[in-house]
This record gives sequence, C-alpha cells and structure tokens, in this order.
Amino acid sequence: MKELFVILFTGILTENFVLNKFLGICPFLGVSKKMDSAVGMSIAVTFVMVMSTAVTWPIYTYVLVPRDLAYMQTIVFILIIAALVQVVEMILKKFIPALYRALGIYLPLITTNCAVLGVTVLNIDKGFENLGLAIVNALGAGLGFLLAMVLFCGVRSRVERADVPESFQGIPITLIAAAIVSVSFMGFTGLVEGIFQ
Amino acid sequence: MSKLKTLTNGIIKENPVLVLVLGTCPTLAITTSVVNGVGMGIATTFVLLGSNIFISLLKKVIPDKVRIPCYVTIIAGFVTVVSLLLEAYVPALYKSLGIYIPLIVVNCIILGRAEMFANKNSVVDSALDGIGMGIGFTFALLCMGTIREILGSGTFLGFQVLPSAMDPILIMKMAPGGFFTFGLIIAILNKVTHGRALKKRAAAGCAGCPAAAACESAGKGEC
Repeated sequence: MKELFVILFTGILTENFVLNKFLGICPFLGVSKKMDSAVGMSIAVTFVMVMSTAVTWPIYTYVLVPRDLAYMQTIVFILIIAALVQVVEMILKKFIPALYRALGIYLPLITTNCAVLGVTVLNIDKGFENLGLAIVNALGAGLGFLLAMVLFCGVRSRVERADVPESFQGIPITLIAAAIVSVSFMGFTGLVEGIFQ
Repeated sequence: MSKLKTLTNGIIKENPVLVLVLGTCPTLAITTSVVNGVGMGIATTFVLLGSNIFISLLKKVIPDKVRIPCYVTIIAGFVTVVSLLLEAYVPALYKSLGIYIPLIVVNCIILGRAEMFANKNSVVDSALDGIGMGIGFTFALLCMGTIREILGSGTFLGFQVLPSAMDPILIMKMAPGGFFTFGLIIAILNKVTHGRALKKRAAAGCAGCPAAAACESAGKGEC
C-alpha cells in the first residue's frame, strides 16, 4: 500500500510530467487559458493515460518480450494509443453522450500528445513488476498534469491582465511564468520520501 | 519556390522551433548540454528526412481519411531505426536522451511537415525541406544547449569555459532554466525582427499542428 502511495505522489508532485519532465507542453501552453477547458483536457489525458497503460503494459510484457520483439515498442505503442483513442471516442459517443460532449474535442489531439506515449514508455523503463503499479503510476502522472494545468491556468489569468513589454507578449511571458511555477514545484523535492518513511 | 529557398526556408525564415514554436518538449527537455541538444537534432533530422521522402513517395497511395495513422506509422518506423542505431553506436548519448528518443514520434515538427509540405510536394523538394527543417531544429537546440550548458555547468562541449571560481547557476540545467531560456530567446527574436516572427507564426504555425482543432490559441500563434 505504501509503495502505491509513493508512486502516486511522486508522479503528482516530485516528478511532475509537465513541470519536471517537459512532457505535454503543447496542451500545457495551448489549452490553459480557460479553467473549464484546462480541466476537461487534463481529465481526458488522465483517462487515456490509464487506459493505454492498461493495454500497452500487458502487451509489452506478455506478447512482445517473450517473442523478442521489444524493439517494436514504439510502433506498437503509438498504434495502440491511436486505436484506443478512436475506440474510446466511439464508445463515449454512443453510450455516455454527456461525457463525450465534455471531453470529445480533446480526444483526437491526445493521440499525438507526448505525455501519453511518454507514460507508457516510462512504465516499461521503470520496470514495474505488475500491472497495478504501472496503472497507479499512469494515474499519478495524469493527476500531476491536472494539477499543473489548473495552477498554471490561475497564473495565466493574472499574466493576461498584466502590462507586459511588447517583445514578451504571448509565448515568451507564458514560458517565463511556467519557469516560475516550475521553481515552486522544485520545492517538493524529497517531500514524498519524507512523508512515507 | 527554388530548390535553395526550400532548403533554407526551415533554417531561418520558418525555423520550426524559434519562429513556429513547434517541438517544444524536446527543445526544453534535452538541452541541458550541447552534446545532447545536437544529438537530438541530428536524430530528428534523420527521421524528418526519411519520413518526408517516404510520405512524398506514398502521397498518391495513402487514402486521405487514414493519412494521420499512416504518417505516424512511417515516422515510428524511422524512429525505431534511429533508436537502434544510437543504441549500437553511441550508447552514452542513447542513455542520456533516454525516453525522449521514442518520443520523436510525437514531435509535432515531423507530423507538421508531413501535413504541410511532404504530402503536396515532389520527393526532391520534400527531402530538401526535411533537411532544412532538421538543420533549423538542430540550430535551435544548439543555441538552447549552449546557453544552458555555459550558465548551468560552466562548460561548453565538456570543456571548462567559465573560470572555476565562478559558481555555475545550477537552476539553468534544471526544468525552470529550460522554460526561462526558451522564453528569453523568443522574446529577443521578437525584438530583433520587430514582431515579424510573431506574424509568421500566426500565419503558418497552426496549419500542421494536429492539436489545432481544439486549441484555443489556434491562428493566434500562441501554441
């Protein structure tokens, strides 16, 4: 149980996907202007991360490795993610239309989101012994993404109203704001180990 | 467009990273040193060249509706080749780039060039475009890597350049330094070009981005 919490909180705080590993920067900069779209996007990302880990981890461990096909990892994973996103979209559209209306527009762009491919590859690199740990790691990464998006959305609404020098308007000031948010996340270093020991 | 223009377009006028602001993830993540930055740049150039040539060759064969999955498969194939080559010949670089090698697949520059250029133009033009964009990407990573390595560890390509009495600014090598350096470089570029870079980004930046449909800043050049 302790191990699960360590993995979960490491993913959310100390090894935050966006602010520490630079994965998923495009949605972080592109969809963080309004709170509802930031939350919608993050929930969609978390959902796809968990789902794709639940599919890619068993396929890698029980299909690719025993057949000496581990080098096919990248191709197989990206195709699984692309197919999975399509299937999830169709299922949501048919059975849970309310959720589809909320998350639908974000799903297609998740296919080429490096955070999703990143989490599936990292789960293999970290060598988790069972699927449960991998899924918890994916959940932690997704929630970390959500936290970063929500925090950054708040910071951005302030920056929008500030009087920014002309050359810094747009992307530059957004990146510098992200640098400051990232500094604050550095404060979590060592926190998770400290709590659970 | 002349052949030379096609080649140089990606290096200066439409530099994928500095002007169009595509491929931000690797730009921020692996530029902690010059060697990593240039290594990533060359690996991406190879993938870009291969995928541009292949997609241009297959542009009449691939049905329009399933083109994105087809492109992604082609790109993933080249990434696997590059990954295996790096592992065999430069294991040290392979180790320090780590997870960012498989992530070349989702680098928006590559898919963006396939969408914007390779599926409309001849094989030779697409190859030149791939090389040009690759050099532009490598150049941008070189700039980022140089600034961050000199300030962050006081070295350039591993040689000591700052006097050792000066403490390196460690934060430049960490995550915040990446965001900060990139923000400053784009701001300087805006200043030097009097905002022309900004306009170009607004005009071309989102056409090849797969995220454009749901992106709030689409067309404003802020993604």
